[in-house]
Amino acid sequence: MKYLRQAAILAAVTFAAEIIKYLLPLPVPASIYGLVLLFALLKSGALKLEQVEDVGGFLLEVMPVLLVPPSVSFLTALDAIEDLLLPVLIMGFLGTMAVMAVTGHAAQLAMRLGKGGRKHE
Amino acid sequence: MSELIGSLAYFGLFLTLGTFALAREANRRLGREVFNPLLWSTILCCMVLLATGTDFETYYAGGADLLDRLITPATICLAIPLYRQFELLKRNTGAVLAGCAAGVLAHMLGCLLMLVLFRLDGPQYITLLPKSITTAIGKSLSEELGGYPAITMATIMITGIFGAVASPSLLRLFHVTDPVAQGLAIGTASHAAGTSRAVELGDVQGAASSLAIVVAGLLTVAAAPLFAGLA
Repeated sequence: MKYLRQAAILAAVTFAAEIIKYLLPLPVPASIYGLVLLFALLKSGALKLEQVEDVGGFLLEVMPVLLVPPSVSFLTALDAIEDLLLPVLIMGFLGTMAVMAVTGHAAQLAMRLGKGGRKHE
Repeated sequence: MSELIGSLAYFGLFLTLGTFALAREANRRLGREVFNPLLWSTILCCMVLLATGTDFETYYAGGADLLDRLITPATICLAIPLYRQFELLKRNTGAVLAGCAAGVLAHMLGCLLMLVLFRLDGPQYITLLPKSITTAIGKSLSEELGGYPAITMATIMITGIFGAVASPSLLRLFHVTDPVAQGLAIGTASHAAGTSRAVELGDVQGAASSLAIVVAGLLTVAAAPLFAGLA
C-alpha cells in the first residue's frame, strides 16, 4: 500500500501541474510547474520526504530508459533535418561542450569570488 | 512483418526495455562510457524499426508511450534531490545564477555564430535556440517563435544523449571539479537527459543539475525572443 499511496501523491502533483499549465499560457511544460510545486510542498512541510521518496526514487532511477522513446522519435525528423544537419551537429556536440565549460567555470569563479569576498568582510 | 508488429500492443515497450537491459549489461561488463545505455538502446531501437520497416507511430503505440508518459512525473521527482540539497545550493546562489546565465548566453552566441556562418534563414536559426533545454519547453518555444519543432526536438535529443554519455569525461577535461559546478554545467548544457547521468554522479550533482534545468530553462524562455529578433 505504501507504494500505491506514494504513486497517488505523485500522480496528484502531476495532475495539478497540468492544470497550472492549462491556466498559464507560457511556453513552460507541466513538468517544470510540477517540479516547483513538489519542491514547495516538501519545503513547506505539507508533504514529508517519506511520502514520496520510494516511488520518486524509482522514477529517477529509470529516467534514462524513459528518454529512449523520444530519442527514437529522431527517426521522424530525418528528412526535415537534412538542410540543417551541419549546424545541428555543431551545436549538438561543440555547442554542448562550450556551454558545459562556460557554465562550470562561471560557477566555480562565482564561488571563488564569493569566498574571497567573505574573507575581506 | 510490419502487419504482425502493428498488432502487438507491447512491441515498443519490450523493444525499449530489452535493448536498454542489453546495453546496460554491456555497460556493466565492459565498464565503458561508450556503452551508455540510453545511447545504445536508442540506436538499437532505430535499427530494429528500420530493418523491419516499422514506423515510429507503431513503435510508440506499442507501449513506448507508457514510458514517454512517465517522463513528466519523473522530471517532477527531480524536486526530491533538490529538496535534499537545498541548503547547499542556497549557499551557492551566486554560482547558480552566474553559471546558468553564462551558459545560456554562451549557447545563444553559438546560435548567432551558426546564423552568420551558415547564412541560416530566420526559422532555421530559431530552431536552434532552444536546444539546450528540456524537450517539453524546447518544443513549445520553437513552435511559439516560428522554428521547426521536429528538428528542435532532434537537436535537443542529440544534445541530451551527448551530455549523458560524455559529461563526466568533459568535466574532467575542462577541470570543472566542484560538485555543484559540475551539476550546474550538466543541467545547463544537456537538460534532463544529462541530469539522469548527473544523478548517478552524486546527490549534489543531481540536485544542482535539476536546479539548472529550471533556471536555465526559464532564462532561455526569457532570452530566446530577444535573440530571435536578431535574425
